[in-house]
Amino acid sequence: MTATPPDTTAPPRTPFLSVRDLYVRFSTEDGIVKAVDGLSFDLERGRALGIVGESGSGKSVTNLAVLGLHEPRGTEIRGEITLDGQRLTGAPEATLEKLRGDKMAMIFQDSLTALSPYYTVGRQIAEPYRKHTGASRHDARRRAVEMLDKVGIPNAARRVDDYPHQFSGGMRQRAMIAMALVCDPELLIADEPTTALDVTVQAQILDLLADLQRQTGSAIVLVTHDLGVVAHTVDDLLVMYAGRAVERGPVREVLSAPGHPYTWGLLGSMPRLTSDVREPLVPIPGTPPSLLAPPPGCPFHPRCGYVAEVGGDRCRTERPELPAGRGAACHLTPEQRRTALAARLTPRPGRGGTR
Amino acid sequence: MLRFLARRVLGALVIIVLISAITFFLFFALPSEPALMSCGKNCTPDALALIDKNLGLDQPVPVQYWHYMAGIFVGRDFSVGHCPAPCFGYSFSNQQPVWGTIVDRFPTTLSITVGGAVVFLVVGVGIGMLAAAFRGTWVDKFFSSLSLIGNSLQIYFVGVIALAVLVSGLHWMDNPAYYPITENPGKWFTGMLIPWLVLSIIFIANYSRMTRSQMIEQLSEDHVRTARAKGLSRRTVFFRYAWRGALAPIVTIFGIDLGSLFGGAIITEFTFSLHGLGRLAVSSVSETDLPTLMAVMLVGCTAIVIANIVVDAAYAFIDPRVRLA
Amino acid sequence: MTELLVAEGLTKHFPIMGGFPVKRRVGAVQAVDGIDLTVRAGETFGLVGESGCGKSTTGRLLTRLLEPTAGRITYQGQDITHARRRELAPVRRDIQMIFQDPYSSLNPRQTVGKIVSGPMEIHGVEPPGGREARVRELLDIVGLNPEHYNRFPHEFSGGQRQRVGVARALALDPKIVVADEPVSALDVSIQAQVVNLLQRLQRDLGIAFLFIAHDLAVVRHFSQRVAVMYLGKIVEVGEREDIYERPRHPYTHALLSAVPEASDLMGAPEGARRERIRLAGDVPSPILPPSGCRFRTRCWKARELCAASVPELVRAEGSGAGHLSACHFPEPVPVLSPAPPLPGTGG
Repeated sequence: MTATPPDTTAPPRTPFLSVRDLYVRFSTEDGIVKAVDGLSFDLERGRALGIVGESGSGKSVTNLAVLGLHEPRGTEIRGEITLDGQRLTGAPEATLEKLRGDKMAMIFQDSLTALSPYYTVGRQIAEPYRKHTGASRHDARRRAVEMLDKVGIPNAARRVDDYPHQFSGGMRQRAMIAMALVCDPELLIADEPTTALDVTVQAQILDLLADLQRQTGSAIVLVTHDLGVVAHTVDDLLVMYAGRAVERGPVREVLSAPGHPYTWGLLGSMPRLTSDVREPLVPIPGTPPSLLAPPPGCPFHPRCGYVAEVGGDRCRTERPELPAGRGAACHLTPEQRRTALAARLTPRPGRGGTR
Repeated sequence: MLRFLARRVLGALVIIVLISAITFFLFFALPSEPALMSCGKNCTPDALALIDKNLGLDQPVPVQYWHYMAGIFVGRDFSVGHCPAPCFGYSFSNQQPVWGTIVDRFPTTLSITVGGAVVFLVVGVGIGMLAAAFRGTWVDKFFSSLSLIGNSLQIYFVGVIALAVLVSGLHWMDNPAYYPITENPGKWFTGMLIPWLVLSIIFIANYSRMTRSQMIEQLSEDHVRTARAKGLSRRTVFFRYAWRGALAPIVTIFGIDLGSLFGGAIITEFTFSLHGLGRLAVSSVSETDLPTLMAVMLVGCTAIVIANIVVDAAYAFIDPRVRLA
Repeated sequence: MTELLVAEGLTKHFPIMGGFPVKRRVGAVQAVDGIDLTVRAGETFGLVGESGCGKSTTGRLLTRLLEPTAGRITYQGQDITHARRRELAPVRRDIQMIFQDPYSSLNPRQTVGKIVSGPMEIHGVEPPGGREARVRELLDIVGLNPEHYNRFPHEFSGGQRQRVGVARALALDPKIVVADEPVSALDVSIQAQVVNLLQRLQRDLGIAFLFIAHDLAVVRHFSQRVAVMYLGKIVEVGEREDIYERPRHPYTHALLSAVPEASDLMGAPEGARRERIRLAGDVPSPILPPSGCRFRTRCWKARELCAASVPELVRAEGSGAGHLSACHFPEPVPVLSPAPPLPGTGG
């Protein structure tokens, strides 16, 4: 079981990746953006955690914080992040530089902008390898060819000298994966790795990631907005909204019996290949809140249809806690949730809240 | 690459021919009588006609143009004797072969422009990178204000101040003068120092601001973040990734600035009484000395066109996405 | 239903210039290569395919934002293939467009009122009650506050901006709207709002839509008829059920199986996952498309015939009327097992 806060009955062993009470705030001209607001999760080796949320949910900011990639100026990071027992928050830059690209690596969304246009693919792959292993130029190049071959680039020995713009989108994403994996990282963070890709190529890349994880046994964090993508690739799921985790649990449980009204909303918004086309989509009304002034209490309450069921001012004033293990940060009682979920399953024609 | 060069050289030739033709025909549209100058006092219409014939001025303008252009490549025969290729004719004002004057003056202008360009590129880009590296700190603010001041300065103004302070007042530097680099590199350098500084000062301001903004933009690029995520140090990322990206636009702007660099050199030559092509061009205009004017125009254009080809080739070298064709 | 917009043999080749010393045409990007399609009045026609398949170019050709290289476009029987600006003006009133990017498709210096009334100004339309009243009405129709008439685009969220784009498209009471990836730049929850809005408009106003998108599930949800494009050609076209439940072209089949679906885990037992077909490699270059069937280089069923001859877009044996596919060896009729009933949460 991953994605769980520490269990008091378990032996005092820290998880491989542990994020505790993470707060990330940016000072901007308009005020302070509360990008991540009290986030905790764990991840064990050999497991894959999916973080799902829409733009502005804080999912990418969280991962940049794990790698320590935020510009120090104007950024306030509180909380504790540890990797394999080593504290990352507050660690000196030199320590983080040694870990980045070696023990923890990242795959970014848009491979066209995330790779430098000025250097060959091979050089960009070899670079972290040389830096972290001290390998010679020759050995690093051989390693780059080996990695390109491993991620399924045909003619790797020749393509290693190509520039990124000479690769297709899918191949560039493979090259980026090769670059992230060149030092056999134990933690791999993939930030929307397939969002810029076509569906047939996306399928190839997701398969590749799954294969590589099986081979290396590394821990993977997969950040995405697409619930379909996580369904096939991760073990556990964390749903984020407005900088907070609103639901977590094993992916199958979260998708088959979601417990948070926001997760219901996400699933109801998604057209599916197998859903009944006569049923209108059920969008979440309104728009995501401004992170400059997130709503008090539950951040989802202005868009939530169940505030009245909770009753009183609780949703507006009291911040719901995300329970340990499988659970949702919502004031609805388990009983109410079951009823509400069952009601949503009954077709209600005309409930297409288009406004 | 070969195809690129061939295409560009062809294009350059077309441009040069066009410019020379325009200059040539414009000149004859002016109400001037070139023969008068060499005729001197007591000029009779007969003497004038003879000079016209000797200089070939009695022929129609297009024919004259053709003879002129042909002379550059194969030489030309005048009544006074043979003018070997490259023949740009004889000056109307001093009756000397123009090419000799050009060969004499060209190194001065070349020294001023190339040296000035090196100074403003090194100093301007350096300051810009420094400001970008220390963005938001006093270093950045100091250089930003400095570049604002530099931007509002003029060559003749700075030139006079520099002469008054650095040469006459403090005796730190020699009076600007041109010594051939082949004979005395030390004197060449000290003699050119003030012209370089003065010519480069407005460019430094521009280039430091541009470099700063380019660097800041590059530092926020995704690929720079990727490089950091690979574990590369800030310094490596700054110099290897961000700077490489900032270089391409700088080179582009430099290509555009070549023309104004030449213009700046003319003013610099005047300010410091240096005998370069710029002064030659201006004096040939005032003396309606067509052969000299044409020669300066052609040499200047050719230099700028060649420099532009070099800049474009450099651009393709810097950015592999640019294909030369 | 009457045929509104018809394309026959529609082709767009973008020339590639090169050569020395004079640049000349050395090749062409065959973005769209001889496609036939018909959009009927009041229906939604979905055009789906991966990037570079020519679907957006098709949209731009049909709205005559691009000049076709060959082929014929008729609108209500009138040939508009090479119609000039003046002849096109009345047609342009009837055919409107919605663009993908709600940020760059609205002029940031114009108020929403100005943006939405723009088409009326251009066409000199004076609605009863005045343009401002009409704009307010349109804003209301698309679910925006009519009081926001004087606001600028940057004051709106992405979803709201897309609604402004929709209001602009509706300003002239069009008969057909070409929507090019209208929801792909939006977040999931906002996407559903806009899809529902478009669906409601289609129902209430009887507008025909040409819905261009890469998202198969969105297209399925929104379109009655669907065409699948690959490398500039339509490989399969038919009723929604034909395409999604009985695809005959291997590419359609592979495309459908590649979509990652959350519903695979939403209560469905482990074994009930859909068939997985993984296409190898990338889409070939549209400059030098493969001979014969353009899909053959990635097709697991390709044989010699596929390289030798271009498959016609025809009704395959066993397909229903109007279900056409361009394959020498079409897939057997029921390839997808009927979906198990899902305890999904989509209301």
